[in-house]
Amino acid sequence: MEFHTLSSPHTKRVNRVDKVMLQVVLALIPGITAMIFYFGWGVLINVVLACLSAVAFEAMVIRLRKRPVMPVLFDLSAIVTALLFAVAIPPLLPWWLVVMGMAFAIIMVKQMYGGLGYNPFNPAMAAYVLLLISYPVEMTSWMPPYLLAEHQLTLSQILAFKLSGILPGELTLDAITMATPLDQMRTNLDLNQMISEIRLSPLWGDFGGLGWEWIGNWFLMGGIWMVYKRTITWQIPLAFLTGLVSMATIFWLFDAESFPFPLFHVFSGGVILGAFFIATDPVTACTTRAGQLIYGAAIGVLVYLIRTWGGYPDAVAFAVLLMNMAAPTIDYYTRPRTYGHGEVKSE
Amino acid sequence: MYVESKKGKTRELWRFHGGLHLPERKALSLQHPLQYATLPDRLILPLQQHIGIPAQPMVSPGEHVLKGQMIASSPAPVTSPIHASTSGTVVEVGEHFIPHPSGLTDICIVIEPDGEDRWADLPEPITDFHSADARSLRQRIRDAGIVGMGGATFPAAIKLNPGKPIQTLIINGAECEPYITCDDRLMRDFSERVMNGARILQYMLQSEECLIAIEDNKSEAILAMFEALRDEENIEVVRIPTIYPSGGEKQLIRILTGREVPTSGLPAQVGVICHNVATAAAIADAVLEGKPLISRLVTLTGEGLSKPGNYETPLGILASDLIAQAGGYQGRPQQLIMGGPMMGFDLTTDQVPITKGANCLLCPTAEEIPRPEPARACIRCGRCADVCPANLLPQQMYWYSKAKDLEKVQDYNLFDCIECGCCSHVCPSHIPLVQYYRYAKAESWAQEQERRESERAKQRHDFRVSRLKRLEAERKAKLRKKKEALKNKPPAKKAQVSKEGDDKDAKQAVIEAAMKRAAEKKAKQQLAPKNIENLTAAQQAQIEAVDKRRMATNQEKQRKPEQPD
Repeated sequence: MEFHTLSSPHTKRVNRVDKVMLQVVLALIPGITAMIFYFGWGVLINVVLACLSAVAFEAMVIRLRKRPVMPVLFDLSAIVTALLFAVAIPPLLPWWLVVMGMAFAIIMVKQMYGGLGYNPFNPAMAAYVLLLISYPVEMTSWMPPYLLAEHQLTLSQILAFKLSGILPGELTLDAITMATPLDQMRTNLDLNQMISEIRLSPLWGDFGGLGWEWIGNWFLMGGIWMVYKRTITWQIPLAFLTGLVSMATIFWLFDAESFPFPLFHVFSGGVILGAFFIATDPVTACTTRAGQLIYGAAIGVLVYLIRTWGGYPDAVAFAVLLMNMAAPTIDYYTRPRTYGHGEVKSE
Repeated sequence: MYVESKKGKTRELWRFHGGLHLPERKALSLQHPLQYATLPDRLILPLQQHIGIPAQPMVSPGEHVLKGQMIASSPAPVTSPIHASTSGTVVEVGEHFIPHPSGLTDICIVIEPDGEDRWADLPEPITDFHSADARSLRQRIRDAGIVGMGGATFPAAIKLNPGKPIQTLIINGAECEPYITCDDRLMRDFSERVMNGARILQYMLQSEECLIAIEDNKSEAILAMFEALRDEENIEVVRIPTIYPSGGEKQLIRILTGREVPTSGLPAQVGVICHNVATAAAIADAVLEGKPLISRLVTLTGEGLSKPGNYETPLGILASDLIAQAGGYQGRPQQLIMGGPMMGFDLTTDQVPITKGANCLLCPTAEEIPRPEPARACIRCGRCADVCPANLLPQQMYWYSKAKDLEKVQDYNLFDCIECGCCSHVCPSHIPLVQYYRYAKAESWAQEQERRESERAKQRHDFRVSRLKRLEAERKAKLRKKKEALKNKPPAKKAQVSKEGDDKDAKQAVIEAAMKRAAEKKAKQQLAPKNIENLTAAQQAQIEAVDKRRMATNQEKQRKPEQPD
């Protein structure tokens, strides 16, 4: 009898890329739902628009590269990029900026480097930074969470604004947008206000901004689930948060009126999202476990530095991209001790 | 972690990095008791069933051989002889398929059994091995053709001459691969043989301790070995946690001693020698009964076989014959694996003989072990690194293997890879990682070979150049000596002049002729104009004017004699 031959091991494989990506998507759902709850339909529109354009661009490039389209689309990596981008941008961002961001992320940052697995930079964060630098006004026009909003916009009004930039009645953009908590904190500190003074505003919740911190909690839930499912390793999120909190604690202990409470940093802006979903992108992060600790901690420290002394209120995207550049070098210098090399610990 | 290894004694165990908990699937072949394979129409015995130099046939076609008779051997240091598994007639010495990943053929001795199964005269049993010396025991083991039966097939006798003091002798009964149960079966049914083998090995190596390591999923085997242990002084049965690849030599040494075999080193360097339980049993047979290695336990398993189980099998039986005896195939068997699923290799055909290293024939159905999906891109998730028992970075090695950057992949310790398959098993992109490492290893060996050859060529070239130089120098030295000798001769010559007057005259003539030639040359040179380079225009004009004048005068001189006409 004749048989076909394959290389060992001969086993039923236990993991799949699309399963990993699907787990990330599932873990994002609680946070995205919370965002829609606090910031309205704009978030959902962003999510749908980003997903559709990401898939379209991916399919287009794969066809241009003369590769089979379906296996690539079904690895769900484009969807993950789209979701991460959609939750990072303001809900009222004009539609064409969303599409442009996805075009940049998928075509320039991901596929031009060879597609999934080959991109040195996190596509979602690269697109976010591109838009933030090119369209600072649109990218920083956040709505207040519904708890604070004076004017609630309906789905059709939001759609109309996103498609054509027209607001209903006499409403102006200023009337429906509001600085983010990080922005507020930063502006007021620049005006030499004390933190106790700044926190008198109704904008604040327990640690971070009202509403914002709850979104953080839901993303945290998804993140912990991913750690439990081993979709991601614990090293990067833990090191990220530790790096950020230790920096914040040092300065907060030094002067609690000029430097916000550490948990304010954790539950503001994109930290939880960044720690569990963005910095953990395996393609662009460090792969050695020791390297991941360094990588995560460095992102945490960078986030604090840029937030406190840099030119932007939030810094997760910048910090992640900066460390993406350093990842291969960190990996090289954190190679584990191979069996039979060097000193054996137990002796 | 501590475990009880014998009554009232506990041992500390260590962990190795990574490893996997795999579905064991061992019950499949354990449902039936041990069975004995019957003799087929013909036995095919490859001349190489071990690592090292192939044995040379000692019999020719037509010759009758007896069971246990040595039919092939070699004087080489690293080799192992082959014995007839039964009595019968040698019908052929020729090429047949052998169980090898290449699917190629090799020279085999084919025996047609006569059905009598008559034993040859066996060497005298050494029942009192404690009074034998290690050298004669080693010779016995070597002559019995015993090789590592866990699959490595390294001649066992060589490992018993470590040249270093051995603290720990390990008898490997871990059997960590899924599906395989032949060692389990052996320990359950023949615990005494294994224990005797352990005793002999310990005596030969004079090791301080002997540890029989068994994974804790084999409680019956552990129990049987405990019973066989009785009140042995320095032998312990160690129950180790079930985690693949605990049975890998390096991993097992780490588990039991906490020591690590240095890279590209041998276990003896850390005072350890490791032998498989089946090897130990074969050694007991050879020493205590004089029997050579002519049969072994083989696990037949997989859902593609109708009657899986363990078979005591004469070496040389074709896999197809053995499978037919075991009820044949069922369902749609797709693959036939020699060895376990993790490290075994695919056979292209079942027309290959069972050899000394064949512990398992696994025939899974397509549902049981489906073909892997096409590989996707590596997403650098690092799961491979988490499970790697050598603590390598498989994803980096894959990257550089793919890029054919052999230097870099060796920098990432490619050659510490034991090809256990853990990384491939967990890879979410279904990349055949181990295949890439095999490729990189083969390429590196080829490159190394090439490098060595070119090094040799360079040495040869350098040697040739230096030899030519030396010869030239010698020639010159000879010449110089001759010249010096000539120079020193003249005073002696003068004395000879009167004697050899003719000779002298001839020489004188030659010298005179030469002097004449030289004088002529000199005169010629004097006649030719001198200092005619680098002249100024004025000087040139002057010279030309002088020349003209001289020519005119000459012409006049020549014409003058004509005038009278």
